Amino acid sequence: MNEPRFPLGAAVQIRRAWPPGHVRAPWYLRGCSGSVCHIVGEFGNPEEMAYGRYDGTKLMLYRVRFRQSDVWPDYAGTPQDTLEVEVYENWLEPAQAEAAA
Amino acid sequence: MALRINISLTHTWAMTMDKNPHMRRHHDMGGMEAGPVDRAEHDYAPWEKRVDAILRLLSDPKRRILRVDELRRGIEDLGPGAYDELSYYERWIASISNMLIEKGVISIDELGRKMAEVEARHEAERAKGGTT
Repeated sequence: MNEPRFPLGAAVQIRRAWPPGHVRAPWYLRGCSGSVCHIVGEFGNPEEMAYGRYDGTKLMLYRVRFRQSDVWPDYAGTPQDTLEVEVYENWLEPAQAEAAA
Repeated sequence: MALRINISLTHTWAMTMDKNPHMRRHHDMGGMEAGPVDRAEHDYAPWEKRVDAILRLLSDPKRRILRVDELRRGIEDLGPGAYDELSYYERWIASISNMLIEKGVISIDELGRKMAEVEARHEAERAKGGTT
């Protein structure tokens, strides 16, 4: 397995990008910051495989934990509530300092 | 000339995307208002099981005619109307059919004739008072 770009606990942000086609980053999470809570492993890139292309290259998949209150501006639950989503490395970038807490 | 038109179209499109950063595709509905969830279990109809089996056979490592990622892309590309109106396995078979036509595994003509044949058979069975 290749070395993951983002280690466990890293503060990451889902890229703010809006390409057409088959994408694997939920719309509502683009631009949101969270932290890596599990490194799932490497898999073929589903965004390529969705179009019948697979050249054998692997892409790291992470499980990222978000605070619900960071995702939903009007979230009514407790501040401890979290959401975990699996996201491929191409959709992640280092979180900006303000959200890294 | 054609190139110029292309560039200006791409440019306009990119600008529009920029102005609408919240562009969301219909199927990408996480977090949207959805009402209560129906948790009732139900039995699968024989045709639904058959659709499931068809996908498994098409995607098994030996054949690898279709990957689940392609199935999913095909479902997303059905468009908002069909996405909402079709049932779960109806979406599957619609996507599978489109994919197999795209890949040249079956032809539209072949599929159309087969569908007419099956429909006629069902009609005949119904006329005989059979339960279909």
